[in-house]
Amino acid sequence: MPRRIMVLDTVRCVGCSACVIACKTENAVPAGGFRDWVVGETRGRFPQLSLENRSERCNHCDHAPCVDNCPTGASYRAADGAVQIARAKCTGCKSCIAACPYGARFVHADGFVDKCTFCAHRAGKSTACTDVCPTECITFGDASDPESAVSRLLASRRWKVLAPETGTEPKVYYLL
Amino acid sequence: MPVTRRKFIRIGAASAGGMVLGGGLVSDWYGLDAPRLTDPATDGDRIVPTFCEICFWKCGVLAHVKQGRVTKLTGHPDHPLSRGRLCPRGAGGTGLLYDPDRLKKPLVRTGRRGEETFREASWEEALDRIAGEMDRLRRDYGPQSMALFQHGYGSSWFTHLFRAYGSPNIAAPSYAQCRGPREVGFQLTFGDGVLSPERVDMERADCIVLIGSHLGENMHNTQVRDFARAVGRGATVIVVDPRFSVAAGKADHWLPIKPGTDIALLLSWMNVLIEEGLYDRSTVENFTTGFDQLRAHVAGKTPEWAYARTGIRPELIRATARKIGAAKPAAVIHPGRRVTWYGDDTQRTRAIAILTALTGSWGRAGGYLLPTAMKVPKYPYAPYPAPDAPAADRAKPSDFPMADATLASGLCAATIPGSSAYGAKGWMVYGTNLPLTLPEPERVEAALQEAEFIVAIDVLPAEICGWADVVLPEATYLERADDIDAPAYREPYAALRQEVVSPLHDSKPGWWIAKEIANRLDLASFFPWKDVDEYVDARLSAAGIDRREIREKGVVLGPRTPCTYEEGIAPEFGTESGKIELYSAALAAAGFDPIPEFRPPEEPPAGYFRLLIGRSPVHTFGRTTNNRLLSEVCDENEVWVAASAARELGIASGERVVLVNQDGVEEGPVKVKATERIRTDCVFLTHGFGHRAKALSFARGRGADDARLMTRVSVDPIMGGTGMNVNFVTLKRV
Repeated sequence: MPRRIMVLDTVRCVGCSACVIACKTENAVPAGGFRDWVVGETRGRFPQLSLENRSERCNHCDHAPCVDNCPTGASYRAADGAVQIARAKCTGCKSCIAACPYGARFVHADGFVDKCTFCAHRAGKSTACTDVCPTECITFGDASDPESAVSRLLASRRWKVLAPETGTEPKVYYLL
Repeated sequence: MPVTRRKFIRIGAASAGGMVLGGGLVSDWYGLDAPRLTDPATDGDRIVPTFCEICFWKCGVLAHVKQGRVTKLTGHPDHPLSRGRLCPRGAGGTGLLYDPDRLKKPLVRTGRRGEETFREASWEEALDRIAGEMDRLRRDYGPQSMALFQHGYGSSWFTHLFRAYGSPNIAAPSYAQCRGPREVGFQLTFGDGVLSPERVDMERADCIVLIGSHLGENMHNTQVRDFARAVGRGATVIVVDPRFSVAAGKADHWLPIKPGTDIALLLSWMNVLIEEGLYDRSTVENFTTGFDQLRAHVAGKTPEWAYARTGIRPELIRATARKIGAAKPAAVIHPGRRVTWYGDDTQRTRAIAILTALTGSWGRAGGYLLPTAMKVPKYPYAPYPAPDAPAADRAKPSDFPMADATLASGLCAATIPGSSAYGAKGWMVYGTNLPLTLPEPERVEAALQEAEFIVAIDVLPAEICGWADVVLPEATYLERADDIDAPAYREPYAALRQEVVSPLHDSKPGWWIAKEIANRLDLASFFPWKDVDEYVDARLSAAGIDRREIREKGVVLGPRTPCTYEEGIAPEFGTESGKIELYSAALAAAGFDPIPEFRPPEEPPAGYFRLLIGRSPVHTFGRTTNNRLLSEVCDENEVWVAASAARELGIASGERVVLVNQDGVEEGPVKVKATERIRTDCVFLTHGFGHRAKALSFARGRGADDARLMTRVSVDPIMGGTGMNVNFVTLKRV
C-alpha cells in the first residue's frame, strides 16, 4: 500500500503563493477558503536575521485529531494514508476544526468542512501545488518506496515537521 | 453530481426522499459508509495553449476550458519560460478574465476630464471619433503631434499603426521609468544590452549577486526557477539591499547597504579584485580597453573607503569580493530590472557591467549568455513614411544623448506647451496606467488636462481611462490572438498567443482595433491582411514553421544554439573600440564620467525616511490589484518601517498611517509593518496599490499609491531615466 507524503524545501521556497492560487483553481475552492497557504517566519534582530518560507496545508497526520474528533465519521483515513472528508457525511459541526493543531480546515461555502486532499482526484499522481511551483520546492510521492524522490530527500537532507509535540505524526515534511 | 451538506440535510428531512431521487444520489444516500471523493472537475474539455500577459515575461500556459469557461491555467510543459510551471499571477489569470469591473463597451466622455463620467457608445461611433481626431491632428499639426504610450505584447499592432501614421512619438514607461538605464549601461560597456528575458545564467552560476533585485518577490518565472535551483545546489548568494528581502533570506551574505551608495560598494569590489589579482586576466588582456585607467580610478577605493559611505563593514566587502573572484567566471552580478533609482543609474549599471567584465563572466556559462532568437521574418509591409520631426520627448536635441528609445516621461512633459520643440497634442494610451506609472503626478495631471484628445485602450477601467475622451475595451490575452513571440533566449523558440475563449462583453482584440482605425485614416494598405490568423500564417510560412503544429502545441522549439564562448562563439563587441570598454570614450566625449564615480545622494531631512518601492509576488504593478483571485493572497500594501523606528514614533504594526512626503503630499492611509527586516533610514512600499479609479470597485482605496509621493525625480542625464528613490516621507498617525 502506498504511503503518500509531501516534502517541501524551505531552502528553495520563496513564499510566492503560486501553490495557493493553483490549488484554488484546481480544486475550485471558493473565495475566502484556503487549502494551502504561505508562512514567512522571520527570526533575529537587524541585521542578524533569518527567514523561513513555508507552504503549509493539511498534514494528513497518522494520528489525526480531526478523524478522532469527527462525530459523524466524515473525516476518515483513506487507503493511501491521506486524511479525507466525506462531504455527504459532514454536518459542518466544526469539531475537527477545533481539533486540528495546524488550522488546516475551513467551512466551505456549501456547508461542509474542506481542506487539502493531496489532490486525491488525480489518483495520487501529483498535486496542483507540486506542479505549479516555480521554485520546484514541493515533492509529492510514496514514502513506502525507498527509491522514490520523497524517500531519497528525507534520507539525504535535514528535515522537520510542524508541531511535533502534538504527536500527530504528520505526513508533510519540511527540508531545512 | 456531488451531494452537498445542505442537500444532504434536505434529503434527510424528507421522509421518503431517498426513494424518489435519481440514481447518482441514491447510491450516495445508501453509500454513506463507502465515502466517495468529490472530483472538482476543473480539467478542461478543451485545452488551449497560449502565452501569458499577466506580466511581461510571456510564459507558456495551458488554458483549460470547460463548457465555455476557463477553469484553470497551468504551466505549458514545453515552453522554455514556463516548463510546466507558473508564478502565482500567471496561475491567477482567470481573475482578470472574469473581473466584473472589466471595460465592457466603448465609452465616450460626458463630463470633464478626470471626472470619470462616460456614456456607452457603439464601436462604430468610438472608432469614427478616434480616427476623426487623429485625422484632424494630422492636418493641423502633423502626425508627430500624436503620441502613443504603450506596454505589453498586444501593443505591436498600435506601434505599427503609429509608424504607418508617421509619428515618431512611441514610448513605453518600461524604458525611462524602469529598465532603460541598464540597457544603456551594458551597451556602453559590451556593445549589447541585457535584454528581456535577462541573459543571465543563474542556473549554472556558482555565485549570484543581487543588488536591490528582489527575486522571489519579483516573480519572473524562469528567473525565480533558476535562482531557486542555484540556491538549492548551494551556489553562493550575495544580496545587497537595505531591506532583508526574501532573496536576502536565501543569501550567504546580506549587505544591508545605505540606500544610494551601491556605486561605492561596486568600486570597492573592483578595488579588491584588482589589488588581490582576483580578476580574469585573459578577458582583461584580450578583450577590454581602459584597464589602466580603471585600476588608477579604483586604487584608493578600498573597502575601508566604501565602509564610510555604504555602512558595509570592510571585512564583509573583502569576503564577498573574494567569493565573487573565486567563482569567476561563473559569477553573475545581476543587472536588476527596475533600476531607475537615483538618476546615476546608467553609471551604476556601468559599474555592474565593468565588474562583470573583470570576472570574465560575459559570454560564459554561469555568467551572461549570448542567446539567439528563432528567425521569424517580419511581415513584408511597405516601408513606413519617414517622420517629419524627431521625437518630442526632449526639451533640446542634445539632451540625454545615449537614450536609445523614446522617453514616456518626456512625451508627457512635451504635452505641456513650451516644454519641447513641438507639442504632443493627442495621446493614445495602450495597456499602461500612466497616473500610477509616471512620477511627478502634478505634471502628469497637467499634461492630461492639456492634451487635445486622449484615447485609452485597456481591459480594466484603470485611472488613465478616467482621463480619456474615448475608452476602448480590449479583449484580454485569453480572448485574443497576437503576434508571434520569439525572443532571444538560451533555447530559441516561437510561441503563439491564441484565442482561448471568444471575447466577453463587447470587447475586441487589439489587432482588430488597430486595423479599424487604420482603415478610417487611409492607412488600410498597411493592414493588408484579413485578420490576425492570416498575418500570423504569413510570418509562420516565411519562417518555415508548420502552422498546424504551432497552433496545436502553442510553441515550437528551435535547435539549441551556442550561448557561450566555450561553445565556440567568437568574442565580438559592438562598442566603438570593438572591445569591452572599462573606460568609455563615448561617455567622456559626451561630458560624462568615463568610469563611474560615486556621488553621495541627498540625505533624508530629520524625521524623514527615504521611500523605496518594490514588488509583491502576486501582483504586476497596479494591473492585478483588482484581480479578486490574486487579492485573496494580498489585497493591500503595507509600509515597512524598522521596528525600532516605529517604536520611537509610537506606531504599532497593523496601525494605519498616512505618508507625507517632503513636499507635503499625503497618501494613504496604509497599514504599517514594523519589522526588523529594514534599515532605519528608509521605508518600503510595494507598488501598484492605492487605486482611486471609481470603477475599480475592488482595488479602489486599498493601500497607498507610491506614484503620488514621487513628486521629485532625479533624471539620469545620460539617457533620461527618472530616478525615483529621491523622495522622503514621514508617517502621520490617523
